[in-house]
Amino acid sequence: MLKKRIIPCLDVRNGRVVKGVNFEGLNDVSDPVELAAFYSEDGADELVFYDITATVEGRRLFTDCLRAVAEQIFIPLTVGGGINSIEDFDRVLKCGADKVSVNSGALRNPELIREAANKYGSQCVVLSADVKRVDGEFRVFSHGGRQDTGLEAMEWIRKGVALGAGEVVLNSIDTDGVKKGFDLEMLQALNVDVPIVASGGAGGIEDFVELFREVPGVDAGLAASIFHYREVRIPELKRILEENGIPVRRIE
Amino acid sequence: MIAVVDYGVGNLFSLQSSLKSLRQEAVVTSDPGMIRSAERIILPGVGAFGDAAEKLQLTGLDRIVLEQAEKGKPLLGICLGMQMLFEKSYEFGEHRGLGLLRGSVIPMKGTIPEGLKIPQMGWNSLMIKRNHPLLQYVKEGDCVYFVHSYYATDCEESLLAACEYGKELAAAVAFENVMGCQFHPEKSGRVGLSILKAFCEVPV
Repeated sequence: MLKKRIIPCLDVRNGRVVKGVNFEGLNDVSDPVELAAFYSEDGADELVFYDITATVEGRRLFTDCLRAVAEQIFIPLTVGGGINSIEDFDRVLKCGADKVSVNSGALRNPELIREAANKYGSQCVVLSADVKRVDGEFRVFSHGGRQDTGLEAMEWIRKGVALGAGEVVLNSIDTDGVKKGFDLEMLQALNVDVPIVASGGAGGIEDFVELFREVPGVDAGLAASIFHYREVRIPELKRILEENGIPVRRIE
Repeated sequence: MIAVVDYGVGNLFSLQSSLKSLRQEAVVTSDPGMIRSAERIILPGVGAFGDAAEKLQLTGLDRIVLEQAEKGKPLLGICLGMQMLFEKSYEFGEHRGLGLLRGSVIPMKGTIPEGLKIPQMGWNSLMIKRNHPLLQYVKEGDCVYFVHSYYATDCEESLLAACEYGKELAAAVAFENVMGCQFHPEKSGRVGLSILKAFCEVPV
């Protein structure tokens, strides 16, 4: 039976990992290669690298670090951040990414999803959406969660899947960084026939147990700071998930 | 030397890196001479069957792979590369495979219970059906990483391991010197590396 995946997310700027609370107040945490090796040994099922650099030089540092990670770590790697064109897909796939996640780039040009899915296959294209409650509805935000697009979130995500996205990352801005649990209500509202990755709000092991128990349609849980600061260790997390009857991949 | 057959499909970065980490000399190549002189051959592949089979035929590499497999050289097909070892596939029409293994490849859609997501994407555990050198380092229940929408069927003769996804699906196969993994060993952590290592140790 397919296992529920645990995915640490590494935000990378100029080749270093950072994590902000509610996307602000970033500070340096660690070296991406070192951290990736640590997580892989600890039993992470996949890693997400999110490039938050805006400069050409920063992009180069990012692909250098991605290549270094992909040469040593043999679990799936997803890359996001600054993906606006097929050339961007090509750039990170050549450096060892297995999946590429699109966010603002797809909001600007939804056809990017279709083009990328046709060229590389749907399994390669992840639609990432930053979602926040506005006036009683779920609204998609762009530009790292700063700009309201006015789009209803579930509609946008379903459109993305219809265009060819093979996986969805649903990040709740409302719970991100708050550490009081995933946004179960928002996740329950999403119904698509591709894998769903829940993001935003994990504060402890119990939050993952609750996530997989309350929202059976969720395939994976993603988090950053609780892993980076070693507040939650993956072996213990998986042991407790297993004790709660949730299928996980255990490694010795 | 291991020849990783390059016929223009898929991303071979991880496969190359994983073989390198096992200290294996691997060459990604479309050169028939290199494939002939290699000790072992890996046939990778992602994407659609018809498209990949056509590319393999257009490059003429299908004949080289067949010729070398028939000579007894160890051959490992990965993911779509494994599916192409079979006689035929029903992915968007009917396509002929290499016919090195008995069986055919069919879609999950309509043949696995409804409600399961297609593709099967993620880690699933192996149920070992038969001992084989390819799985010598693998334990019952070890997890490997899958991404596929089609699977091999009618392949009892070569079935080594299965995974459960609504029903039992072929995960690893072997018949004589021809081996295949539906999952991605190059993305399956230590278990995956141990399978690649075992392939490198299969006697020539």
